[in-house]
This record gives sequence, C-alpha cells and structure tokens, in this order.
Amino acid sequence: MSTTSGGTTHPDGGVRASHGIATRSGHEPDARGHFGRYGGRFVPEALVAALDELTAAYEKARSDPEFLGELDRLHRDYTGRPSPLTDAPKLSEHAGGARILLKREDLNHTGSHKINNVLGQALLTKRMGKSRVIAETGAGQHGVATATACALLGLDCMIYMGEVDTRRQALNVARMRLLGAEVVPVKTGSRTLKDAINEALRDWVTNVDGTHYLLGTVAGPHPFPVMVRDFHRVIGLESREQVLERTGRLPDAVAACVGGGSNAIGIFHAFLDDPGVRLVGFEPGGDGIETGRHGATLTEGSPGALHGAMSYLLQDSDGQTSESYSISAGLDYPGVGPEHALLKDIGRAEYQPITDAEAMEAFALLCRTEGIIPAIESAHAVAGALRLGRELGPEGVVLVNLSGRGDKDVDTAAKWFGMIGEDQRAEDADGTAIAERALSASDSSFADPGAQTEGIQL
Amino acid sequence: MTVADVFARCAAQDRGALIGYLPAGYPTVDGSVDLLNALVEGGCDLLEVGIPYSDPVMDGPTIQAAAEKALRAGTRIRDVLSVVERVSAAGGSAVVMTYFNPVLRYGVDAFARDLASAGGLGVITPDLIPDEADEWLAASTAHGLDRIFLVAPSSTEERIVSTAAASSGFLYATSIMGVTGARDTVASVAPQIVARCRPHTSLPIGVGLGVRSGDQAAEVASFADGVIVGSAFVTAAENGGRDGVRALAAELSDGVRRAGRPAGAPQPA
Repeated sequence: MSTTSGGTTHPDGGVRASHGIATRSGHEPDARGHFGRYGGRFVPEALVAALDELTAAYEKARSDPEFLGELDRLHRDYTGRPSPLTDAPKLSEHAGGARILLKREDLNHTGSHKINNVLGQALLTKRMGKSRVIAETGAGQHGVATATACALLGLDCMIYMGEVDTRRQALNVARMRLLGAEVVPVKTGSRTLKDAINEALRDWVTNVDGTHYLLGTVAGPHPFPVMVRDFHRVIGLESREQVLERTGRLPDAVAACVGGGSNAIGIFHAFLDDPGVRLVGFEPGGDGIETGRHGATLTEGSPGALHGAMSYLLQDSDGQTSESYSISAGLDYPGVGPEHALLKDIGRAEYQPITDAEAMEAFALLCRTEGIIPAIESAHAVAGALRLGRELGPEGVVLVNLSGRGDKDVDTAAKWFGMIGEDQRAEDADGTAIAERALSASDSSFADPGAQTEGIQL
Repeated sequence: MTVADVFARCAAQDRGALIGYLPAGYPTVDGSVDLLNALVEGGCDLLEVGIPYSDPVMDGPTIQAAAEKALRAGTRIRDVLSVVERVSAAGGSAVVMTYFNPVLRYGVDAFARDLASAGGLGVITPDLIPDEADEWLAASTAHGLDRIFLVAPSSTEERIVSTAAASSGFLYATSIMGVTGARDTVASVAPQIVARCRPHTSLPIGVGLGVRSGDQAAEVASFADGVIVGSAFVTAAENGGRDGVRALAAELSDGVRRAGRPAGAPQPA
C-alpha cells in the first residue's frame, strides 16, 4: 500500500533518498525562512551573502537530476539506505504490549541519521566551488559524518567540539582524526555544543569565501532549518511506507529525541498531514526539570534568538543563554530548531522531557531485550516510546526513530551501570589516558605508525 | 545631542570621529563608568557601551573574556542602562552595542523607551539585519533612537543600499571579514567598503574591527568619518586601568586629528 505519487520510489521499490529534497513538503517556511514567527536570519550581515549563495545552490540542486542521482547513488551504495524497520517484540512487553517499530538510522554508515544531511551538504559544497568545510559537533555523530563525507569527497575538514564533549565522546574524536579531520576543542563558555556553534560561526565569518559551514541540525539561519530538514525527510518517507507495508496502517504515535531536532523533524514530516498520528519529541530532562539541570528547551524555554534563528531557547530574564545539561552530549543544547517551535505552538507535535535515569533504563532495556545498543540520544526516544506504549495499550503501534548507535556511549553506560569493577578501574584510568592521548594527538602523529598504535586500538 | 550632532561637530573641526567601545560591567559596573568617562577625557567623541552577552559570535577572545567577566560579576541589563545614564550625565554621548536577544527578552519597545530615557542615543546591532528588524525599526522611531546597522565587505550593492536606507546616525562598516580584535595592519578592503557605501548614503560611515594604534586611527580616519575601537581599549583597561584607557584614547584621538578631513566625506550640513 502506497500513498505517495509516481516518481517517489525506485523501480525496485522503496523511497528515493532524494525525494525529500526533490519535492516540496507542503509545510514550507516563507521566502525568508520563517516558520510562523520563528526562524529567519539573526546573523551578522557578513554572512548574508554566503547564506544567499547557499539558498540559491540548494534551490538549483533540488531540481537537478544529476545532483539527485548522485545523492541517491551515495545513499544506496555508501550510506546503505533504505534503513530497515525492526519489530521490537520483547521491548514491547515493557511498553504495555504496544507494538514498537524501530526505524534503524543507527545502521547507516557512520552510525547515525546525520549522514543524510551531511552527504547532501558536502555535495553542495563541491558545487559551490568551496574546498573547506567546518562543522560543530556535540556527541561527535555529526562531526564523524562530516569528516567521513569530507574524506570521501576530498574536502578539508575542521570540526569544532566543546572541550567537555571531547572528553565524554573521546572515541568519536579519535574517529574524526582517523578520517583526516582537524578537531578543535572549544574552551569558551560551557564548553559544549552551544559554544562549538559559536566558534564555528566565528570561523565562518572570517573565512566565508572558501568555506562552507556544514551545520548539523535544523537550527541556525535560513536556509539551514529547511534544507537540513529536507535532507532528513527520507527517514519519515521511508518509514511511513515501511510501517504501512508491515502493519497495514499508520502508527498511532511517532517518537524521536530532540536536541536541535534534526532526526525528529526528519521522521515527523511524513506524518504532519496524518492527524491521527501523534508526533512526540523527547527532550533531555537531565537530572529532572525541577532541578534546573536539563536541556528541555521546548518544555521549559521561551522564544528568543540564538545562533541565527528565532526559536525557543533556555534563557534567563536578561536573555542570556542558560547552560543546558544532559548525560547525552548530542542533546545537551539550550536551543532547538524553529520548525519545532512552530509545531509546538500550533499543537501539531508535543514535547516531553525524559530524564537521564529514564533514558539509561531504556538504553539497558533495548540492549537486553533486542540486542541493540542505542546512542544515549536515541535512548531518550526509546524511553518515550515505552511511555507512549503504556498509554496506548496492546492495540497501539509506536514508530521510534532509532537515530544512532551506542558504540560511542559504551564508556558512559559502563560507568552509569557500575559495570567497571575495582580491579578494572585502574584499566579504566588507562583507557581514559589512551582516549586522551588520541585526543591530543596532532594530525601528524597519525601519520607516524609508532605514535598511533594505542590510538588505533580504540 | 544626537549621533548626527556628534559627527557634525567633528566635521566642523575638519576631522573624523573617534568611537570607543567598552562593555558595561567590566570589570565592575562602577569600574566601567570610570573607564567610559576616561575614554571621553582622552578624546573619544562617541561611546559604545556594550551589553555583555553569553554568546557573542561577532567577538574575538579579548571582548569575549571581558563580557564573560562582566556577566560573572552579575551585570544585568538594568545595570547597563544605569551605566549609560551615568556617562551621559557626565557629558558623554553614548550608543549601546548589543546582540539582539537581550533586547528581545527585555521587550523591544521597553528597551528603546528605557534606553532613550537613560540618555542613550542609539543602538548598534551586530546580529540584527534590517530584514528582521520591523519591531526595532518601529520602536527606535517611536523613542527617537538611532539604529546603526552593519555592512561588510561581502555585502552586495543591493544590501548596502537597503542597509543604509534602514540606518540612522551613522553606517557601521566592518573593515574585514572576521570577528573583533586588534590587528597590526588596517585591512586593504577597508577603504573599498567605505567607497562602495558612499554613493548610497549621506550618513557618516564608521569603520571598525582591528584598530589599536594612533597611526592606524589616522589611516582609517583618512577615508572614514568615524574610527571605531574596541578590543584595544579592553586590553588597555586590563593592563593600565583608567590611565591606560585615557592614554590610548588620547593617542587615537591624536591620530584622528592628524588625518584631517576624511576623503569623500559628505559635506557638513
């Protein structure tokens, strides 16, 4: 059963990866990128020319068969799309018996949904004749995807990452360096994702001529929120068809984690016009909303301008950005994409916090019931699905965007669950030391076989 | 006194204006009033009072660190307004430089109202372009504040035209592609961006980003109507306090006077 029109699918079945950019969604911002009162461009004038250039390049590419064909080819042969839909029957037993279906973005090359957007923007970078790419990263998933695309397409790559995050996601730092990217630990402000974006913006203002800022989420100035969304629409387009085929009906609810909101908007979008489908975004509740230590921007924030767009943000009464907190580096962000702000205001999507403890419980449950280690980010969506399933009962169907895999989080999880015994703590200290050595290794040390032995063992 | 009056007074002396920036609340609220008054004593014609902000994406390390210090010391928006009030009462002419979110949060109209009643003359908005400024255009008009938008070397002619049309007081030209911070040389594109703006506006044009010495000030003042200095004053405050700031202002003011009348400047009314 298919509800999409001709041209959507491959001759051999399945949704074309490029369909999300080749077609308009019916939920477009205005010409200046406003979703209702949100979005737009709150940027230095110095960046406007580059944003206009990017907007034009994207508009041209989305109707260019050559570009669309190249994107389709890469997503099929390199990313591994379409990503599968996995039934999770044993997890369902913990969700009031509701049927839980996992959209397996974790199985994409580089381990998360981030590659959907990155390959698209990297191809655009080449088209714009730029040779250098910069990007921010929180958990490192976007940084790894960007470093990967740059290696593939021969682009210079510099990744800004908060110093706090380089420590808690040391494995991904090593991955990026192995892929030839330069990783810059950002030591200003809260030393997390927010500050990495600040530093990337400063770099872009300075080097905008030959540099593309490959923004990794649906935030930032126009055209990023709409363009990044479109590159991720494939998640929803594929999974909508897969759910229909598998169950003969639409899901009752779609669950996704929300930091900046890229994987959530990617899967939500295909269901916006299905009023019977609840769209629920799960934000990082950290230690609990009541403690003030969280990153639940849509739950607790208020409208304001940050990082180039009007949206919800966590701020104090003077408009200073508040520091967010989450066990998950990828969700630890005090802003959110502007389209989510609109979806909240009009009531089309709802947003709920999931605490660290709830996320980690779901993390463990998915590991043991289904043999899938999720990213801690995605574990927030799994926890949300358990909640939704209990509300819906055995007749319910919940589609979960499993946006990333958890290899990068094994260390954090092992510590959380106390799986590292006393005798292993010494080893752990050594493991940390190895990670830190990898972290401080310059690019040149990777060229020296002697110097990199320990890093490679990671 | 208006921003236009400040530039007219300088033009009448056949010279450009010296515009000095310091963040309010750095190193303390009272301390910043002292430092800003020292800028005036040293010869600054117009003060740029910065609102310290948590995410200053147009600022380099020097101003970032000063803003962070001011915020850690607990500086609030109401403190910034009191700083404007005190330096204005002491005879200074002040505009505020702020990222837009603090204004949004305060309430755009309320901010314009309270700044005007504190004696502030206008606002420089580094991350607000006229395209997004409807509410600010209305509020600044209602409360008689000048709105100083920025143009950059990357601005198209079309955008120079629209930005200049939305601006009042003066037009702020960033001389380089980059963030704030003292540099050794004046960028070669600085005269070009000023020359590109001239045909499209009769407003005075101020040039900022990178100036730190009397010679650089003289060089910029030879083609621009205003020389804007920020990071160098923060560094001077850090190293020499009030005296350091006054001495640097005097050196820069001397440079501006040495340059004479800027080439291509609009004739004084």
